[in-house]
Amino acid sequence: MCLSLFKELSWLPKSPPDFELRCRALLDNPTDLGKRVQTLASFGLDENQLNHLAKLIAKARKAGADLRPLVPFRLAVLSNSTVDFIIPALIGTAARHGIALECIKAEYDQVIQQALSPNSVINRSKPDGVLLALDYRALPIHFEPGTREEAANAVRQALSFIEIARTGLKANGKVACILQTIAPPPERLFGSLDRVLPGTLRNLIEEVNLGLGESVAGTEDILLDVAGLAETVGLAEWHSPTEWNLAKLAFSNSYLPLYADHVARLLAALRGKSRRALALDLDNTLWNGVIGDDGIEGIQCAQGDPTGEAFLSIQRLVLDLRARGIVLAVCSKNNDETARLPFREHPEMLVREEHIAVFQANWNDKASNIKAIAKELSLGVDSLVFLDDNPVERNLVRELLPEVAVPELPSDPALYARTLAAAGYFESISFSDEDLKRARYYQDNAKRVELQSAAGDIRSYLASLDMEITFQPFDETGRARITQLINKSNQYNLTTKRYTEAEVATAERDPGCFTLQVRLSDRFGDNGMISVVICRHQVDSEWEIDTWLMSCRVLGRGVEQTVLREILHHAKRLGVRKLIGFYRPTDRNQLVEDHYSKLGFAQVRRDADGTTVWELLTETANVEAAAMKARSLGFGPDREATRHVAANA
Amino acid sequence: MESAEIYQEFTKIFHQVFHDDSIVVRPDLTAKDVEGWDSLSHIRLVLTVERAFGVKFSASEIGKLKDVAGLVDLVRSKAK
Repeated sequence: MCLSLFKELSWLPKSPPDFELRCRALLDNPTDLGKRVQTLASFGLDENQLNHLAKLIAKARKAGADLRPLVPFRLAVLSNSTVDFIIPALIGTAARHGIALECIKAEYDQVIQQALSPNSVINRSKPDGVLLALDYRALPIHFEPGTREEAANAVRQALSFIEIARTGLKANGKVACILQTIAPPPERLFGSLDRVLPGTLRNLIEEVNLGLGESVAGTEDILLDVAGLAETVGLAEWHSPTEWNLAKLAFSNSYLPLYADHVARLLAALRGKSRRALALDLDNTLWNGVIGDDGIEGIQCAQGDPTGEAFLSIQRLVLDLRARGIVLAVCSKNNDETARLPFREHPEMLVREEHIAVFQANWNDKASNIKAIAKELSLGVDSLVFLDDNPVERNLVRELLPEVAVPELPSDPALYARTLAAAGYFESISFSDEDLKRARYYQDNAKRVELQSAAGDIRSYLASLDMEITFQPFDETGRARITQLINKSNQYNLTTKRYTEAEVATAERDPGCFTLQVRLSDRFGDNGMISVVICRHQVDSEWEIDTWLMSCRVLGRGVEQTVLREILHHAKRLGVRKLIGFYRPTDRNQLVEDHYSKLGFAQVRRDADGTTVWELLTETANVEAAAMKARSLGFGPDREATRHVAANA
Repeated sequence: MESAEIYQEFTKIFHQVFHDDSIVVRPDLTAKDVEGWDSLSHIRLVLTVERAFGVKFSASEIGKLKDVAGLVDLVRSKAK
């Protein structure tokens, strides 16, 4: 998983099966072409897919098509290796970062000539930037077993080679140069000694890289840390002797998408397109567990247990990002009070309320909340990154607000921090006092803002989820999970009645009980059991809804409506004329105060303890169908018959 | 690995590399039969095949290739 994170750019959503088809349809109409190109570029594409996209972009440009909102950038590429592979990958990838890239290439291995001659292809093309894609083979360095002075001399010569090229380019036009640090080859001469012995290739390259860093400081030129990239994936992976010999590829083509993404990040940063703010989900993203159900003692984010430490590591990264000027916000489906509790009272939480500029914890959709966050921070939504463990929430935001960057997250929270960092959303070409001050500016805020307007068409998004809901009566297979939900659910729980496994087993067999265990799957996978209902026959032809609970993870998807339709279906079938619902308030379940009124029940009384009682006549009930496929299993004819007889007994 | 399996995978790879779903991969298929099969896309094709089957070829093995059948044989000799 760890190497594939970088090789396959796993923070990006996987390319859809119809990618090629969508590519081919791209130029069929000119509407929103730039946006559609960017959408296609935003998947984790391999070299061939990037190539395809680059071809289509070239074709569109030739036809004079409008590629806005992509911002144009002309980049010249000077290299001692074959750039024909790099260039299409750069063009496809740049679209991901909002750039309509045009590349100018020089002939292979013509670095100095191209840089110095005013009439060279590169200098005549007046580029916005020049990528000096040089690897160790371009530099006049080789093993010099000798003195410290001779080694220093070799380093100076290597640096001056690059300097000559750079000065030449600047003399011929106003360009920003992107210089690459040098990835050392993995072959060693002495062994460990190579690192410290002056004159070894490794030692020389290390010195050259230090010198390169110094040479760009305070200039408009920037550094692309190829050495760091190669280190990350491993030098033996990065350098492929066969591919070099075969086609003069400076690094293995498997890493072309990764390399291109890093170049494109810098171009985006040059065009002021780096992200500025990070919106965080809370439950199972910043801590393990669900605060509303598990309570402050139940969530994990503490030293001493591996899960807790995984969540501490993402918290630490988030705080470091804040320290470098990234603004933090919270975007969570929770009650505001409940969501703030760990920030205020959990002794091991690293992120505290004062670190959060905008704190949106409510039950509305996340896209609307992210819009509100951006507005409050006076940023465009394209400045935001949204981190959430839940794939349905991630895709809702991607669909309704495609400008927001939403990384995929692996199932292991220990890799959250690495994944967020690898995505490079906050690539920056400088660090200023302004950045430092920003964190302080938003101190002590944790402000809650009102939602302005809905972010888009949620109904059609829900329809696209291909949800399938499955209803079954309680059975032995589901018993343990049913018991767990009954004893754990606090928020979406109408009566908060707790039952032991033995009591659940009794309900299974009790002819006076109608029970439902509900599962939900969607195109992102199986959510497992997400709702439990127990109805009891107290009076003839009436069901009292003793228990109705649901996992908050599937809130806002029409599950409760579909559950009620299922209850009504069986009620009518079994001759039940009236449903009676109860809402028993606790300090955790305010969320469902209006559950029954929203579903069309009429309130019949309010008890002294705050319990409200509701009724619905099954004949006249009219509940709108939600966008999901429903299946009923295990309500077989025998069982139904038994139930029916029992109901009339 | 069976030839039929390899050809099936090759068909996918050719469609990806040359962005053309109509290519029918046959043993005697050569560069002149496919639009866009130049020296660059040849390297891309070979590297994509390497990745897809988890195998590595030497430069001389690649240099000797004449047609698709040769590439299939090479894959079969290396893939488990």
